[in-house]
Amino acid sequence: MSALSQTVVRPVDPVAQPRHGAQDIARLAPDQKGIKREGAAEDHGKRGPGQEIVEAAHSGEYNFAYLDEQTKRMIRRAILKAVAVPGYQVPFASREMPMPYGWGTGGVQVTAACLVPEDVLKVIDQGADDTTNAVSIRKFFQRTAQVATTEATEKASVIQTRHRIPEAALTKDQILVYQVPIPEPLRFLEPRETETRKMHALEEYGLMHVKLYEDIARHGQIATSYAYPVKVEGRYVMDPSPIPKFDNPKLSDCPALQLFGAGREQRIYALPPFTKVQSLDFEDHPFTASKADHDCDLCGASDSYLDEVITDDQGGRMFVCSDTDFCRCRREAGHIGRLGGEA
Amino acid sequence: MTLHHAQQTEFSPNIRLPDQPLLKVESLTKRYGLRIGCADVSFDLFPGEVLGIVGESGSGKSTLLSCLAGHLAPDEGRVIFDTASGPRDVREMTEPDRRRLLRSDWAYVHQNPRDGLRMGVSAGGNVGERLMAAGARHYGAIRDKAVDWLGRVEIAADRIDDRPSAFSGGMQQRLQIARNLVTGPRLVFMDEPTGGLDVSVQARLLDLLRGLVRDLGLSVIIVTHDLAVVRLLADRLMVMKGGRVVEQGLTDQVLDDPQHAYTQLLVSSVLQV
Repeated sequence: MSALSQTVVRPVDPVAQPRHGAQDIARLAPDQKGIKREGAAEDHGKRGPGQEIVEAAHSGEYNFAYLDEQTKRMIRRAILKAVAVPGYQVPFASREMPMPYGWGTGGVQVTAACLVPEDVLKVIDQGADDTTNAVSIRKFFQRTAQVATTEATEKASVIQTRHRIPEAALTKDQILVYQVPIPEPLRFLEPRETETRKMHALEEYGLMHVKLYEDIARHGQIATSYAYPVKVEGRYVMDPSPIPKFDNPKLSDCPALQLFGAGREQRIYALPPFTKVQSLDFEDHPFTASKADHDCDLCGASDSYLDEVITDDQGGRMFVCSDTDFCRCRREAGHIGRLGGEA
Repeated sequence: MTLHHAQQTEFSPNIRLPDQPLLKVESLTKRYGLRIGCADVSFDLFPGEVLGIVGESGSGKSTLLSCLAGHLAPDEGRVIFDTASGPRDVREMTEPDRRRLLRSDWAYVHQNPRDGLRMGVSAGGNVGERLMAAGARHYGAIRDKAVDWLGRVEIAADRIDDRPSAFSGGMQQRLQIARNLVTGPRLVFMDEPTGGLDVSVQARLLDLLRGLVRDLGLSVIIVTHDLAVVRLLADRLMVMKGGRVVEQGLTDQVLDDPQHAYTQLLVSSVLQV
């Protein structure tokens, strides 16, 4: 019995899963009949997919992907439940990770539970591949799981992200893992956890609109620009993690499996592929996905989310794509922005 | 009369009779271990009626109100409310139904406005919360209604975006009343609504409450230890002692001609200025 196949939790029938992306969900329950990860068992003859894991564990200092198999099993169980109830926050026994809370302990645990040795991992932080958080987590999995890594969105099979959804369209073969600081969208409106759970259970979401009302009363418009609350399949109100509201429309109908992990708060939730996700709004103040009103100064893109970068003390500034991979690809394809020549 | 009604009910249970009680309480009992919170309380409350519950501290009047409003689970007895779909025992309702009732047909005015208001949310948001909970999704309409209700409780419209923490105690209490009445509840529970306010503010609040109750035809159950408050507001009075109702009747009747020794003591204890 291989290590990975022991991690199967319960006989979830993947065919009964209501949505697409079965390949992604199937990796959470890899030895179900009729579902195999492409080229997994056949290619390796008698070796199960867990064989490499055992080898990796023996060759390296850590178990495959750092967490022990029982922990990964527990996390997969939570993920399966989260996938079955889109938008519902599933409690899980979050472990201490070798990084501080707030640095993506939840996302790392979800990624660790999803990774298989054949995966290609991409990690982004605010859209960028080269920031501290992204580099650290990428190195962490390079070392503990020996998986291939990439900066190219379309080549990645697992993407762990903090605060952004990549600009490039995701596919059904990808998993997007979000790092979530505070999973409870009602947290700052209702401090009692017992009460917020009850509100979710009974679909009492009037309070969420009180927050949006306050925004309009104070600022003349819905000023919430990130962590903008959404309703999943007309049921659960969910915090999409602090992604800019520019990214909210991408949550809906996404072919990739989207998983959300909050380490400190010990919650996992998920959006299965092709889930309907609606941003909350008022009839007379509809939701708008906003971005800085500029083009990227490096690649000239007018439809990507931009970071504002202060360049000097004389008020100089430039706007650049927050998705570094997207910007690089465009520049390599010959697109040049206002300052693209100098940079 | 009684026979006539009984027949009507039998033949067409869906027709609402004008004098069918809005709330029917039958032998309600709440115990705290061996001690009694309130015992064997029964009464009918009719539409448009204001019932006062008076008694000293520890007499069980707050326990009774909490049991009625669903904040506490009574040990025995029935609380039957005349819902849109006919009379139903509140205790046998499912929790979603009960909570829906709490924010549509019922309202609860706390003694301390801080318990009933969201202190971090503007006055307009406080008033609008029940509307949004009931499904209102048009900002302009919600705001218009909030302005209207702030006007009705004598709060200037330009205070709509101020937080309750910037309001005086009396204003906070009036805001709490507006917040509760905005969805047009049929039954309002009030727990010492004038407690902690000075007498002139109390007088204005009572005036306001009396006007609202008359205009909207509200049914109110008001708990207080202030006999002047019930004299002004209540049609009927229940006097409680040691968790039991010792006397009930029309307000003037009970206050002017108290029969039970405790009621006599209570009435004679009021300081005459």
